[in-house]
Amino acid sequence: MDTIVTSMLFATIVAGTPLIITALGELVTERSGVLNLGAEGIMAVGAIAAFAVAHDSHSTWAGVAAGMAAGAAMSLIFAVVTLTLMANQVASGLALSIFGVGLSAFIGKPYESGTMLAVPSVRIPVLADIPVIGPAVFDQQSLVYLSWALFAGVFWFLYRSRAGLVLRAVGESPTSAHSIGYPVIRIRYLATIFGGAMAGVGGAFLSVFYTPLWVEGMVAGRGWIALALVVFATWRPVRVLVGAYLFGGVMITQLFLQGSGAQIDIPSQFLSSLPYWATIIVLVIISRNVQTIRLNSPVSLGQPYRPD
Amino acid sequence: MFKLEARAEASRAMRYASPAIAVALMVVVGMLVFSALGKDPVEGFRVFFLNPVRDLNAITELLLKATPLMLIAVGLAVGFRANVWNIGAEGQFLMGAVAATGVALAFQSSESRLILPAMVVAGAIGGALWAALPALLKTKFNANEILTSLMLVYIAQLTVSWLVFGPWKDPAGFNFPQTEMFSDAALLPILIEGTRLNFAFVIALGVLVVGYVFMQRSFAGFKMRVAGESEAAARYAGFSAVGMIWVGLLAGGAAAGIAGMAEVAGPAGQLTDKLSIGYGFAAIIVAFVGRLNPIGIFFASLLMALLYIGGEQAQQYLSLPSSISKVFQGMLLFFLLGSDVFIQYRLRRTAKAT
Repeated sequence: MDTIVTSMLFATIVAGTPLIITALGELVTERSGVLNLGAEGIMAVGAIAAFAVAHDSHSTWAGVAAGMAAGAAMSLIFAVVTLTLMANQVASGLALSIFGVGLSAFIGKPYESGTMLAVPSVRIPVLADIPVIGPAVFDQQSLVYLSWALFAGVFWFLYRSRAGLVLRAVGESPTSAHSIGYPVIRIRYLATIFGGAMAGVGGAFLSVFYTPLWVEGMVAGRGWIALALVVFATWRPVRVLVGAYLFGGVMITQLFLQGSGAQIDIPSQFLSSLPYWATIIVLVIISRNVQTIRLNSPVSLGQPYRPD
Repeated sequence: MFKLEARAEASRAMRYASPAIAVALMVVVGMLVFSALGKDPVEGFRVFFLNPVRDLNAITELLLKATPLMLIAVGLAVGFRANVWNIGAEGQFLMGAVAATGVALAFQSSESRLILPAMVVAGAIGGALWAALPALLKTKFNANEILTSLMLVYIAQLTVSWLVFGPWKDPAGFNFPQTEMFSDAALLPILIEGTRLNFAFVIALGVLVVGYVFMQRSFAGFKMRVAGESEAAARYAGFSAVGMIWVGLLAGGAAAGIAGMAEVAGPAGQLTDKLSIGYGFAAIIVAFVGRLNPIGIFFASLLMALLYIGGEQAQQYLSLPSSISKVFQGMLLFFLLGSDVFIQYRLRRTAKAT
């Protein structure tokens, strides 16, 4: 029994990690008032860039860096179109997703049968010896620990640093922020690029750490789920963390049910659709209270701003 | 240095020139991409952009591919105009195909002439029902329709997969994930002998006309346009936001469902797990490039169909992955959104470089 609990907990943390990284990045972007719906496409491009580089260079970290750079480059396109050219953010984000998914399939063709060794896990002494939880929590791959560091960093940045305060001010009221003298557009550029870089790392986690392989369409909606997570979290990092593991849990539960085989008579496709149903249900529950959403969402989210 | 300066009045000329600029930029960048990949750009241009229109047969294939795109895009445009963001047309397309397949399989041995109309209706209802869920969740629970309609795409794909691997699998199909081939009575009639172009093209033209009348000539269409341009104005005038969400989503869903029906009763002739090549997403681009206007959508769907077939040609003659068409499609939308800035703004030289 202990081993099942341990392995499910372990797998839940792994499944939640790409969501945490991507959603925290998107959270920072949205807090600055920019709605980037391109996460799915950015993750796809980040995943193939990371896989291609890690595969050819035999270096995991070169792969992660490539994923990050590719994600930043993708979001830079988005930033130019929406922040400099003031295009509609919803339409541009959709364009980025469609473009990214297509681009990843195009670049990824030669890598479809490529294989790589699994990235070894890093065991943290003493802590990993705690019964049941220890092996699940403290014997993970390095990027999992880094996702916690990212969480701490984003939390500190938003609530404890001056820069974070400025970022939030820009998201709440770009006009006031501008009149006090803050460079609204530059701050939004940085926040958007940070979000893209993190979505790129989220994709890199999928293709280099999680699987490790490249298949067209492997992101499978995780970018959209990360966007939904930000809403679910009402734009607060702590709830992103909780939500991501909740989703990881749903994904893993359905996989374990499928793996357990004969005892249950439910078609595998229905089990596979559970995370998507869960996303819908969670969105409904959280959005039902219009007041909560209105109080917590950045006021200028999705609206173009042009300093005069 | 240059600076963007607001125009006193939105430029009408730019509104129509912008798609042309976007296409020109896409072609130029496309040729650069071909060179970067070590292909002769002129040859690339010929294969990608000219091969799909080289003779009558090629043109009928183009119209065949454009059919689902124009159907879906005109339905989406109804919603997009009112800022109702249904981006789950891919799922609505699949569920329309599922509903139509249900009718076809139920009457496999019948030769009634009513089967096809019944399939069209079933397709429209299937697609509309799949879009009704995001509409319900949006109007009752304020849930973002972008995310819910998108999640339903994955669920629709899994549902199709379950059907063709499970209860609807053709027993004589060597275990392939597909249904039986439809009987002749459940297949759309061919328009031009010797080609694959079928009656769905006529249906699509009809839907374009209906869309035109609704969007440009009806009061309901006017209300939705107002809501899209100024939510506050629409609220002040007392236009029902809930009604618009329903109309926007149901129109998109029904049109996408008919497109799904046309695919199973047309070129596919059966339901398989590889029915769609991303028509539902490509149609979003068609709707924007067509300026959310049925006439524009007609031409934009031809262009997007050209990119699909160009991709297939590039795979065949240039040994490039066919997904290059999606790269071009995405690029096109970006260029369009970018050049649209010049509808409201113009470039002005600033006196001194800073």
